[in-house]
Amino acid sequence: MNALNEIYSGFNSLLVGLRITLGQFFKPGVTVHYPRQTLKIPRRYRGHIELVANPETGKPLCFACKLCERACPSDCISLEGVKLEGDKRKTVASYQLDFTKCSLCGSCVEVCRDGAIRFSRDYNLAGVAKEAFCMDLVQRLREQLAAATPEAPSPKRQAQPEIPHPRFSPALARARNDAPPAAVPGPAATVAAARMTPAFGAGSMDALLPRLGPPATGRAALPDAHCVGAKQGEGSIP
Amino acid sequence: MVGAPIAPHPAAIAPKETFVLNLGPQHPATHGVLRIKMTMDGEYVDRAEPVCGYIHRMHEKMGENRTYAQFLPNTGRIDYLSAMHYTHAFVSVVERAAGIQVPPRAEFIRVITSELNRISSHLVWWGAFLLDLGGFTPLLYAFEDRERILDLLEGITGARLTYCYYRFGGLCNDVDDTFLEGTRQFIAKMRPRLKMYRALVTDNIILRKRLIGIGPISAELCRRYGATGPVLRGSGVTYDVRKAEPYSVYPELEFDVPTFPEGDSMARYLVRMEELAQSLRIIEQALGKLPSGPVMAEKVPRVLKLPAGDFCFAVEAARGRFMVRVVSDNKEVPYRVKLRTPCLSNLSLFEEASRGLFLADALALLGSLDLVIPDIDR
Amino acid sequence: MNALASNAAAFLDAEPWRLLVWLAALLGFVALNAAYLVWVERKSAGRFQRRPGPTEVGPAGLLQPVADGLKLMAKQLVVPAGADSALFRAAPLMVIAPVLMGLAVIPFGRGLAALDLNVGLLMIFALGSINVMAIMLGAWASRNKYSLMAAGRMVSQNIAYEIPMLLVVTTMAMVTGTLDLNQIVAQQAGAFWHWNLFRLWVNPLMPVTFLIYYACMLAETNRAPFDMAEAESELVAGAYTEYAGMGFGVFFMAEYANIVLGCSLATVLFLGGWHSPFGLLPGLAWFLLKMYFLVFSVIWVRWTFPRTQFYVLLNLSWKILIPVSLLTLILSAAIIKIPKALS
Repeated sequence: MNALNEIYSGFNSLLVGLRITLGQFFKPGVTVHYPRQTLKIPRRYRGHIELVANPETGKPLCFACKLCERACPSDCISLEGVKLEGDKRKTVASYQLDFTKCSLCGSCVEVCRDGAIRFSRDYNLAGVAKEAFCMDLVQRLREQLAAATPEAPSPKRQAQPEIPHPRFSPALARARNDAPPAAVPGPAATVAAARMTPAFGAGSMDALLPRLGPPATGRAALPDAHCVGAKQGEGSIP
Repeated sequence: MVGAPIAPHPAAIAPKETFVLNLGPQHPATHGVLRIKMTMDGEYVDRAEPVCGYIHRMHEKMGENRTYAQFLPNTGRIDYLSAMHYTHAFVSVVERAAGIQVPPRAEFIRVITSELNRISSHLVWWGAFLLDLGGFTPLLYAFEDRERILDLLEGITGARLTYCYYRFGGLCNDVDDTFLEGTRQFIAKMRPRLKMYRALVTDNIILRKRLIGIGPISAELCRRYGATGPVLRGSGVTYDVRKAEPYSVYPELEFDVPTFPEGDSMARYLVRMEELAQSLRIIEQALGKLPSGPVMAEKVPRVLKLPAGDFCFAVEAARGRFMVRVVSDNKEVPYRVKLRTPCLSNLSLFEEASRGLFLADALALLGSLDLVIPDIDR
Repeated sequence: MNALASNAAAFLDAEPWRLLVWLAALLGFVALNAAYLVWVERKSAGRFQRRPGPTEVGPAGLLQPVADGLKLMAKQLVVPAGADSALFRAAPLMVIAPVLMGLAVIPFGRGLAALDLNVGLLMIFALGSINVMAIMLGAWASRNKYSLMAAGRMVSQNIAYEIPMLLVVTTMAMVTGTLDLNQIVAQQAGAFWHWNLFRLWVNPLMPVTFLIYYACMLAETNRAPFDMAEAESELVAGAYTEYAGMGFGVFFMAEYANIVLGCSLATVLFLGGWHSPFGLLPGLAWFLLKMYFLVFSVIWVRWTFPRTQFYVLLNLSWKILIPVSLLTLILSAAIIKIPKALS
C-alpha cells in the first residue's frame, strides 16, 4: 500500500503545481517593457562619474589634485589642471574618463576631498564605437550647465532629501544632489547663446587655455589606447 | 553436465566501448565556462574530467599590483552572485591586520546586506538548477523575488550585482529608511513565496524522483576534497563558518545551520532552501537590533599599509567557505593575495562522485553542487 | 448562379474530389495549427512566467510565426556528406503524412469527417507507429551517432508508451463496442454526463483510463515532462541535429500536429466529440473548444514540471501504466461480459 500512497501523493503534488502556475497565469506581468516603459533610476545609482559645479560660481569644483587618477584601479582617469592668474588653486582643464575600463568601484568619488565628482545616472549608453565611451567630462559639465536655465532646471536633477555623508559638508553635499546652479552669473543669454559662449561664468577659462593635446609622455600609443589624451600606461599602479 | 552453470564464451562478453562526450565550455545550462570531458559507457558516465581555466582572470596576480583599496572591486567579481561576502572577507582581513575597529552599525548593515546577497544567490541557483532539470518556470519566479533584493541593494549601493559597498572600517555610505522599510516588506513578501516554492517544486514528485538518492556524496568524500558549504552540510556535517569561526555580529544573532544527513542531491537542495528561511530570520533580527551611529571607523589611513606578516579571514559565502590570505611586506601593495574559493573544492569531488551515474543524474549532481565557474578559475 | 452552385456541390460531393478538398483543408488546418500553436505556446509560457511573450512582430506578436516560418524557409537545406540522401529527405515527409491521414478519420462535427471508416480507431493507430520509424530512419540517415542514440531513446520511449495507449484504446473500444469514431461520438449525445469520461457503470476506473491516455499522449508526442529525447541531449542535440531549415520545420510541425491529433482523439473518445455539454447547439465549435482546451493543458503541463529521467519514464510505463491499464481492461471486460454470461 506504500506504493499506492506514493502514487496518490505524487499525483496530488502534480495537481498542486498545476494550480500554482495557473494562479500565476492570471496575475499581471512583472516585467517592464523597455524601451517603451522605463524605470525610475534610484538616487544613488552608480553611473559613470561626472564633474560637479560650484553652485555660486558655476565653475567645476575640481582643482586637479589627481587623487582620483591615482586611486583608480583601472587607469581610467586622466586629467590636467591649469593654474589661472589670481587663483590660489588649479582649475581642471581636461578630464578624460575611459569608461571602457571603468569598473564603477567608486574609489575616485570616495577619495575626492571636495566632492568634485559624483556618479551620474546615465544608464542608457549605447554606441557603435569604443571612442564613444571616452568621455570628456569637462565638456559634459559645460553642456549640462548650458541646458539648465533658471526657468528649466535640468530634468536629471530632482530635489531629493539628502543623506549625511561621512566626509562632506552639507553645503557641498547639496551641490552634489540638487539642481545645477539656478543663476549663471554673467550677461543674461538665451539657452542657444549660452551653448555658444563658454558657460563657466565671467572670465571663462576657455579663452585663456591653450587647447590641450595628448600628454607628452613619450610613449608610443598602445593598441588599445583608443582615447585621445588617455593614459597610456600598462595598467599597473604605484 | 545438465544443469551446471556454463561460463560465457569470451567472445560473448562485450568489451566496454566508451566514447568521449564533451560538455563543452559553452553550456546550455547557466554554469559558466566549464568543460567536462566525459567518458561515457553507453548511458553511464565512466569518467568525468573537469577542465577549468577558461575564465582565469588572474585576480590573485592583480592583487599583487594594486593597493588594498584598489583591489576592492576585484573581490566582487570573483563570485559575482555573492559579491558582498567576498568583499566582506577582504575588507575584514585588512581590518584585522591593521587593527581597525568597525562601528557596530556598520557590522549590522554588513550582515543584513550579506544575507540579502545570500538569498539572491540561492535564488539564482534554484532557478538555474531547475532550468537544468527541465522546469523553465521557477527561474522566472525566483528572478521576480531576486529583483526586489536587487532594487533594495541598488537603492543604497547604486549597483545591482557587483556592489563594492564595504570599505576598510565600515561602509561607503549609510542606509536610509527606504531601505530598512523595504527590507521588512521584502521579508514579509518572501516568506509566502518560500511556501509556494515548496509546493510547486520541492514537493513535486518529478523533482523528488530526479533528486532523491541521486549523486550520493559521503562526508568522507567531502573531507578528502575539502568541500564546504551546502555540499558538506548536505552530507551530514554541521560546519558553518559563521558558527565555527564567528565573525562580524553573527554571535549576537540566533539562527540554525540546516544539515541533512542523506548526502544525495535532495539533501543539498533542502539545505539551500532552508538557508533561505534562516537568512530571512537573520535579517529580521539584525533589523531589530540595528544601532544608530557612524558607519565608518574614525581614523582610517587614506593609503593603507599593513604590517609585515600573514593574515587571513574566512567567511561563509553562499557556496561555502571563502578565505582570503594576505601576505604583506609593509608596503601599500600586498605581497601576495591568496583566495581560497569554495567552488574549486566542490567541483573536484565531481569526478569521483559521478562515476557510474546516468548522464542526466550526473547533470543533476553538477547542478546541486552550485558552481560559479569564475569562482573556480578566479 | 444557383444551378452553378448546386452543380459544383454535386461535383465536390463525388468521392475523389470530396476527399481531396478535405485533405487540402486538413493540410491547411495542420499548417495553421503548427504555426499558431507555437504562438499560443509562447504567449502562454510568457503568462505562466509573468511576462508578455512575443509582442514585437505584429500586434501582440501575431506575425511571429510568419516571421519564424519565413526564416526557416530561407535557410539552406543541407544534406550531410555521406548521409543517405533519399531517406534523409524522405524522413520529414514520413513523419507528417501519418498525422494528416489520422486526422482524416476524426469527426469534427455532424457529418464533418473526411473519411467515414468503420475502423477509424484502428486506422489512427496503424498509421501512428509510422512516425516513430520515420524518426529512426531520419536519424540513421543523418550519419551522426549522437542523433542515432537520441532517436533510439525516442523509439524506446514511444514503444513503451504505445502499449498502455493501445490497452486504453482497446478498453474504450470494448466499452463503446465499436471502432467507428462517428458511432463513438453518437453514443455520447446529450449533456456532459453522457460523455464516456463519466461512463462509470461500465468502467469504474474511467478517469484513470483518461489520465493514462493523457500521459501516453504526452510521451508519444515527446512533450514535457517526457521530452528528454529532445532536451537532455541538448548537450549533443536531439534526433533532428542534422536537419536545417524547413526539414526541421516539418518535424516541428509534425510534433504539433501530433498533439492536435492526440487531443482530437481524446475529445472523441472521452469528452463527447462535437456534442455540447449542455445539450444545445452541438457542432464544430464545441469540438474545437474541447480540443483546444486539451492542447492548452498540454502546454500548461509543459511549463509547470521539470523533466523526468529516462529510466523513470520507462519505469512509469512498464511498471505502473501497463498494469493499471490492463486492470481497467479486465475490469471493463468483466463488467460487460459477466452479467451477460450469467443471464
